[in-house]
Amino acid sequence: MVQIVTRPGRDAPVPRPWVRRVGLGSPARVREAIWGYIFAIPWLVGLLVFIVGPILASLVLSLTKYDVITPPRFIGLTNYVTAFTGDDLFWGSLQRTFEYAVVVVPVGLSGALFLALLLNRGLAGTNLFRTLYFLPSLTPAVAAGILWQWLFDPSVGPINFLIGSLGLPKPGWLASPAWALPAVILISLWGIWGGNNMLIFLAGLQGVPKELHDAAAVDGAGHWSQFIHVTLPMISPTIFFNLVLGIIGALKIFSLAYVATQGGPAYATWFFALHIYRSAFGYFQMGYASALAWIFALILMIFTVIQVRLANRWVYYAGGNS
Amino acid sequence: MATIALTPRLATPRSRLPGRIVTYVGMTMLVVLFIFPFFWTAASSLKAASDVYIYPPIWIPGVLRWDNYPQVFQLVPYSTWFANSVIVVVLQTLGVVISASLVAYSFARFRYPGRELLFLITLGTMMLPAEVTLIPTYLLFKYLGWLNTLKPLWLPAWFGGGAFNIFLLRQFILSLPHELDEAAIVDGASYARILWSILLPLMKPALATVAVINFIYGWNDFLGPLVYLTSPENFTLAVGLRYFDVTPNQPGVPQLHLLMAAVVMGTVPIIALFFIAQRYFVEGVVLSGIKG
Repeated sequence: MVQIVTRPGRDAPVPRPWVRRVGLGSPARVREAIWGYIFAIPWLVGLLVFIVGPILASLVLSLTKYDVITPPRFIGLTNYVTAFTGDDLFWGSLQRTFEYAVVVVPVGLSGALFLALLLNRGLAGTNLFRTLYFLPSLTPAVAAGILWQWLFDPSVGPINFLIGSLGLPKPGWLASPAWALPAVILISLWGIWGGNNMLIFLAGLQGVPKELHDAAAVDGAGHWSQFIHVTLPMISPTIFFNLVLGIIGALKIFSLAYVATQGGPAYATWFFALHIYRSAFGYFQMGYASALAWIFALILMIFTVIQVRLANRWVYYAGGNS
Repeated sequence: MATIALTPRLATPRSRLPGRIVTYVGMTMLVVLFIFPFFWTAASSLKAASDVYIYPPIWIPGVLRWDNYPQVFQLVPYSTWFANSVIVVVLQTLGVVISASLVAYSFARFRYPGRELLFLITLGTMMLPAEVTLIPTYLLFKYLGWLNTLKPLWLPAWFGGGAFNIFLLRQFILSLPHELDEAAIVDGASYARILWSILLPLMKPALATVAVINFIYGWNDFLGPLVYLTSPENFTLAVGLRYFDVTPNQPGVPQLHLLMAAVVMGTVPIIALFFIAQRYFVEGVVLSGIKG
């Protein structure tokens, strides 16, 4: 997340002051503006129909009781009050979602960074390793959910076979309320470690000038010291980017849990996105589900804002902070 | 959009032989860990029904039952699911590539009132969780009578292709010299002609990146088909596999080995595409991280 170019790099002819004041004065500029709007039409329509419209509709729906069959009925903030005070699964699903994210984000990101460091050593065959590490993240969530159900099979699955042959007690994994969440976390990590985060870290590491490491080495810094004092600060923008997207992605966990556990057993993996989904498409409580979706959106926004605020303290931009 | 060297630098003289061997051993052990689930799935898909639930597990079946694979097609409408997935993903990818190019061109090369604001709003939509818009969009498609059809899955892609794709293509166009456009304007070319004959040919790598990323994510998408499709003959592969997973076995007919064969067939195309177009995919992911 280096910087976003919000202005095209066409500083060529600076418009004379009078042109600037008149704005779209010249016919050529009017023509250009008209064509600019014409090319943007698909997105203008898409933005209205699939984003702005639904946002407004969702806000209104969240203030109603709507079961799709009878017309929506305005009930004010009742849905929000119900969510916070009268829904047995609301706080539980939030808690489960955070428990999941608190483990998956740090362990996932540090694992991805570790793999990227290994790949960045410049050994022959690195590209092959990179591809092989990446394959799990390409696996469709549904396929991953199904194949891990089988790997984690408590009685005849290969994982419990290996654990059993070490003489350890065999967990019930996806079938056990105590082990289902750890199992879902393990499946997620399998996809996260070698996935997009690793590729982005790798690119970040390759952007660290070799001279910095050489200079540190001359000053007597060892590998670990170089990692802490040179590598980490230099890739901090990459860490920041992966962290922001990683937290959002973790909080949104849905497909994998829906397939692997359906939220169970005993709601042990009932994540917030599952709660929204079932309210909307299981019980057809469209108003209530809309309220839940807005609470969810607010939580994601708060997390992102906090991180952007904190970023000034630890993210170092070599090109100067924008 | 500078090209990013994804091939690591050559080994520095500092890394000595013992260190390198340790690294290789570690990296190979990790590969085994990452690849084992694939191996186990593939091995299970080739087992006889009677060998699936045996303990201790059979790692490599003595006889490879390739005829498990054709059996999948008899048990579930697999070829229909596969075809549906292909239809959705192809139409979706086409829509994204075409419409995002138009919008990116508008953002990158035209000056008009409101452009900066529109662009900021576009970036802002990337922060919005899909859950917020999903319910009204569902109601819209219900109103149009499009539930249980493939339209809700691919049609929205034709309206701009989403903020990320627009952003990626816009950045790419900004990196192309503006003199190209100006020379063509002097020669009397229309804007559409500039886009078609000058910019699009130069944008091929970026278009390939957008296409590959969308193809892979479209193939793997689960929530969309889960919400919109209700009858098995309309399923895409993702929801079809799940349907197969939760369908109870007929008495006396174990089907886990066939389910594993179905999983293999659903995963192989995407891995094959990745191997073919790896360069574009990786570049797109990396650019999202560097520039985003």
